[in-house]
Amino acid sequence: MTTDLSLEKAIGQRTHSGFVAWLVSRQIFWVLLAAVLSVIAMSLLTSTFATPNNLFNVTRNFAFVAIVGIGMTAVIITGGIDLSVGSTVLISAMTTTVIMHAGLPITIAFPAAIAASLTVGAINGVLIAIAGMPAFVVTLGMMSIARSIGMVMSNNALIYEFGPDQAILFAIGGGSVRVFGLPIPNPVIVMVLLTAITAFLFNWTRWGRHLFAIGGNEKAAILTGVPVRAVKVSVYMFVSFCAGLTGFLMVGWLGSVTTGLGSGMELTVIAATVIGGANLAGGSGTALGAVVGAGLIEIIRNSLTLLGISTFWQGTFVGGFIVLAVAFDRLRNTETSE
Amino acid sequence: MAVLELEDISKQYGAITALTNISLTLEAGQVVGLVGDNGAGKTTLVKIIAGNFHPTSGHIRLNGEPVSLHGPKDARSKGIEIVYQDLALADNLTAAANIFLGRELTLTARTPEEAERPWYRRRRWWLPVPEILDYRGMYKRAGELFMELKSETRPRDLVRRMSGGQRQAVAIARTRLSNPRIVLMDEPTAAISVRQVAEVLSLIRRLRDQGIAIILISHRIPDVFAVCDRLVVLRRGEKVADKNVADSSPEEVTGLITGAIERA
Repeated sequence: MTTDLSLEKAIGQRTHSGFVAWLVSRQIFWVLLAAVLSVIAMSLLTSTFATPNNLFNVTRNFAFVAIVGIGMTAVIITGGIDLSVGSTVLISAMTTTVIMHAGLPITIAFPAAIAASLTVGAINGVLIAIAGMPAFVVTLGMMSIARSIGMVMSNNALIYEFGPDQAILFAIGGGSVRVFGLPIPNPVIVMVLLTAITAFLFNWTRWGRHLFAIGGNEKAAILTGVPVRAVKVSVYMFVSFCAGLTGFLMVGWLGSVTTGLGSGMELTVIAATVIGGANLAGGSGTALGAVVGAGLIEIIRNSLTLLGISTFWQGTFVGGFIVLAVAFDRLRNTETSE
Repeated sequence: MAVLELEDISKQYGAITALTNISLTLEAGQVVGLVGDNGAGKTTLVKIIAGNFHPTSGHIRLNGEPVSLHGPKDARSKGIEIVYQDLALADNLTAAANIFLGRELTLTARTPEEAERPWYRRRRWWLPVPEILDYRGMYKRAGELFMELKSETRPRDLVRRMSGGQRQAVAIARTRLSNPRIVLMDEPTAAISVRQVAEVLSLIRRLRDQGIAIILISHRIPDVFAVCDRLVVLRRGEKVADKNVADSSPEEVTGLITGAIERA
């Protein structure tokens, strides 16, 4: 009986001493705090921030970065990186556009866009996991290739006619759903669902466990029989799926596609995930972190605009937060290693 | 009866001979120390037993049955577990997560044996259901394993925050998951403090008391004498001694390793 009791006790022991100690040790808590404080400050300082219209725009704008950021988090947890997400967004948007412009229904365009994006991810994944090439180089190359293919597909024409299903397309990407009387943009709904599903996959499935194991010690994962190659291919396909979803939603929101769509997005996405607590060395990150990181970046951007500060300062603020986030991570790690 | 028998094992890499006619038997509940200088062939021999390498010639028998080992996973399924020198632990995960790494218990796979099977043989139905982790089951089993090893390590602790001795306990507990018959340990006392060595040696004794045959590779002669029943000395790919620890001395072993003593 006594052994049973002490066994129960040993199993029940937690690493963290209490809820508050656990909370303050989380990067996401501080980022969320920064975001909440900026929202409060902006609401008090300006009359333009806390308007339904502005909040609607802010949430929708960051939803796109956040959706890709959730996928990027999975890649970063395994210790990889994907620089081709911006171009994958374009590939997905272009596939949707070209197919719908030809008069085909959205029920063909959407699966085709996702399939095109998954193909990009599968090529990345195979080259990285099976051919053993560095993720940075492979996805850098893919960034260029995918964008160029997107340009070829459009033939550099601005397309704004999407055939018979145009209204449906615009309603999906640009519309909103009323939740408790408030209009919530569709991309935000997608983001919330994706966050919940991904958080579940990360924490409660073998796949999620294997992501963290690969990021923590890839050699150990191989030796213990984790299907490392398959898991790595799957994460690059997952991030491409997220990018494809974003591309599809963006077409509906913008109502037209240019070849510049999603260019430079990869860096904002990586910034969001790092600010949200993902470690570029691998082994840590959360789905919610990417969302909160993306939210903070968008709030900063929006605040600077509303305060009349030159948008040139935006980069300084976002960059400052990236460095701050990494410094925080560093500080926390030196504490635990002692 | 011998758990493991090696008969005339030789290994050549092209023109280079790594091992020449090594014969070795291993009994249940026995700790055999494998010693030798760098390049003596210890690692090659261990990798043959672990299934990483195929011997060029010779036979391996497990419980009297001739076997051929195809990779570490195959060796593991035949009851041979390995504790790697760097322990193969993921620092960012908990003790329990590391123990079950690669064979996590899920709602569809309730035992480690079941978890080790390919996913398509584990499915009860053909739906792409994610394999949901059974945290409770894993914490409970990990707790029991640490209890058996009389280790203070707790299942929920992060490996990053553990001492060298506790990390060893995690790596050793992992081998106990599948009731192995043979455990190979590669330099378990090389990278830890003197105080923790005693802890690790007692973990090895606990494994032995459960009837497991252990091969301990070590550079540290005092540790070999503290825990082993028998010792085998390799020099330039040949077995130069195989005797009970009681009949030997650290001086003799050192002489055998360096070649000052030809054979014993």
